[in-house]
Amino acid sequence: MSDLIYRVNMSNLSFSIEEVPAGWMGLGGRGLTSTIVASEVDPECHPLGPNNKMVFAPGLLSGTSASNSGRNSLGAKSPLTGGIKESNVGGTSAGIFSKLGVKALIIEGIPQDTSSFYQLHITKDNVEFIKVPELVGKNNYFVLDAMLAKYDKKVAVMSIGRPGEMCMLTSNISVKDPKGKLRSHGRGGLGAVMGSKKIKCITVDAADYKEVTIADPEKFKAASKIFTKALQENPISGEGLPAFGTNVLVNIINEAGGLPTRNFRSGTFEFAENICGETMAENIKARGGDTTHGCHAGCVIQCSQTYNDKDGKYLTSGFEYEMIWAFGANLGIKDLDLIAKIDALMDDLGLDAIETGVTLGLAVDAGILEYGDGERAYKLIAEDIANGTPLGRIIGSGAGNLGKLYGLVRVPVVKNQSIPAYEPRAIKGQGVTYVTTPMGADHTAGYAVATNILNSGGYVDPLKKEGQVELSRNLQIASAAVDSTGMCIFVAFPALDDPACLPALIDMINARFGIAITADDVMNLGKNILKTEHAFNLKAGLGNASDRIPEFMKYEKLPPHNVVWDFTNEEIDEFWNF
Amino acid sequence: MINVTVKLFAQYRENRFKVEQRVYKKGIHASEIIEELGVAKALPIGVLMVNSRHESESYILQEGDIIALFPKVGGG
Repeated sequence: MSDLIYRVNMSNLSFSIEEVPAGWMGLGGRGLTSTIVASEVDPECHPLGPNNKMVFAPGLLSGTSASNSGRNSLGAKSPLTGGIKESNVGGTSAGIFSKLGVKALIIEGIPQDTSSFYQLHITKDNVEFIKVPELVGKNNYFVLDAMLAKYDKKVAVMSIGRPGEMCMLTSNISVKDPKGKLRSHGRGGLGAVMGSKKIKCITVDAADYKEVTIADPEKFKAASKIFTKALQENPISGEGLPAFGTNVLVNIINEAGGLPTRNFRSGTFEFAENICGETMAENIKARGGDTTHGCHAGCVIQCSQTYNDKDGKYLTSGFEYEMIWAFGANLGIKDLDLIAKIDALMDDLGLDAIETGVTLGLAVDAGILEYGDGERAYKLIAEDIANGTPLGRIIGSGAGNLGKLYGLVRVPVVKNQSIPAYEPRAIKGQGVTYVTTPMGADHTAGYAVATNILNSGGYVDPLKKEGQVELSRNLQIASAAVDSTGMCIFVAFPALDDPACLPALIDMINARFGIAITADDVMNLGKNILKTEHAFNLKAGLGNASDRIPEFMKYEKLPPHNVVWDFTNEEIDEFWNF
Repeated sequence: MINVTVKLFAQYRENRFKVEQRVYKKGIHASEIIEELGVAKALPIGVLMVNSRHESESYILQEGDIIALFPKVGGG
């Protein structure tokens, strides 16, 4: 039986299971979520109102045995940016959706009676709407435990914490991973969209699924073997990421002068060594944690980890570079264990690490806390954000809004979304991605750091403008396509440097569906996705004038290279000329 | 002779050092320092920076330079 579209209407608590329209057939992941959002959501709608929709879609290869294919995409109009959003996540949801035959889950409407929160339980032929008063006011791990007590242990769980219930723009959606920890649809305030629809959690039945059908199993197996080998033999995906995690980046980005420090005042942090990946790996070794943990089944990279405290007691997992940067260099905290404690708290509450960390970095300028005061940062999250005090609501509304309320100028956002862990003035290709991606400032949309700093896919000088627009465009097209396959973004490292990698990926898609797409088709898919997303944003009011870096970066020189953002508007607008 | 700060990262640190002040003969190339330390035997050089700028292994070190050596690393 072929895959189907599951459509849920929260306005009257009904559902339908539909055939896949011909135009959506070859799409998955981001390609499918953005296509559905663009065709069904009014770009002018209020993101928290009845006319926004949430669209979940596993990637084209999710649910198969292909390595690293377990990413699930979620699309909607973002309440943070006001534009289209796709946020993808590891965890177990993509594989289980695929095995159940769910090509996409579309959730529309808002209940007439907003006094209750619901659990949606998706099974092969049914969607149950269950009122969950016992989960209201609780956070993600409480919800996860309740669902694991109720269903088969493999059940997929997607949930929001209290900030999501309160529709805060820093709230995300948490997803159970294979070890029973949490991963996140992190960015763009999608937890608020789920909260607005009065959905506390979504569970997907794993007791009753079947394996996905492969059109040409032999061809699939052969291609899959080549692909896995490319991942394992690449020095980044095969050695560096398993050994040090994504946090290996602290030192190299710091050395290059591109580590945003104390709300983007410098490109180097004097305590980088305290928080770097090498220190983290040493701590894990000494304290009995685990440096290798996959965020989804079938991951051969294993960049995640379990991080314990000095007494060997569990502190957190999925401890990523962007989180450690946001609270480390950007907020000036030099105690890695304290950052880990904050990470675990934010997982439980369901908060975007980047948006929350950048907002707190800006809150120093507002006089709310001091740089390096991790205890105060912890309290602001645990007490103010979690309880929705007026100050918690301000911080929970993200950096752009906090900046406006406190009359601040140095506000590091693009399309109202916080700029992540790479300085656009010192890593200019990445800056081009921040200003042009339809997602708002997002590092994963086109990871030019690879070619500006890491010598992956060649080298383009990070401090010069030449070649950056073209680099970012090529990477954004490729990323949009990869985000449609269900593949983890880190397959990009072997794909950039190993000629066997990308053809093997395409062969797997062809063998899965019995089709014959080419590399050109994949690039065209990426281009179409970007154009579809851009067209939505233009109708939502996010035109060229929103493709801009915060003005202070144009006149404030960033040490140590003393560089400013020096692109003209015309140079940036050239991005969309393809 | 010239004074050079050498920084090592990721796997290059194992059984070596994080950072050291070292003295070299004038005119030394980065490749000779890499050879002397033996870092590239198991994992080739991924990124070489001098004073926070990318350079090639043929770079000739100057008094006071800071050279940083990384195997291929990545994340995001």
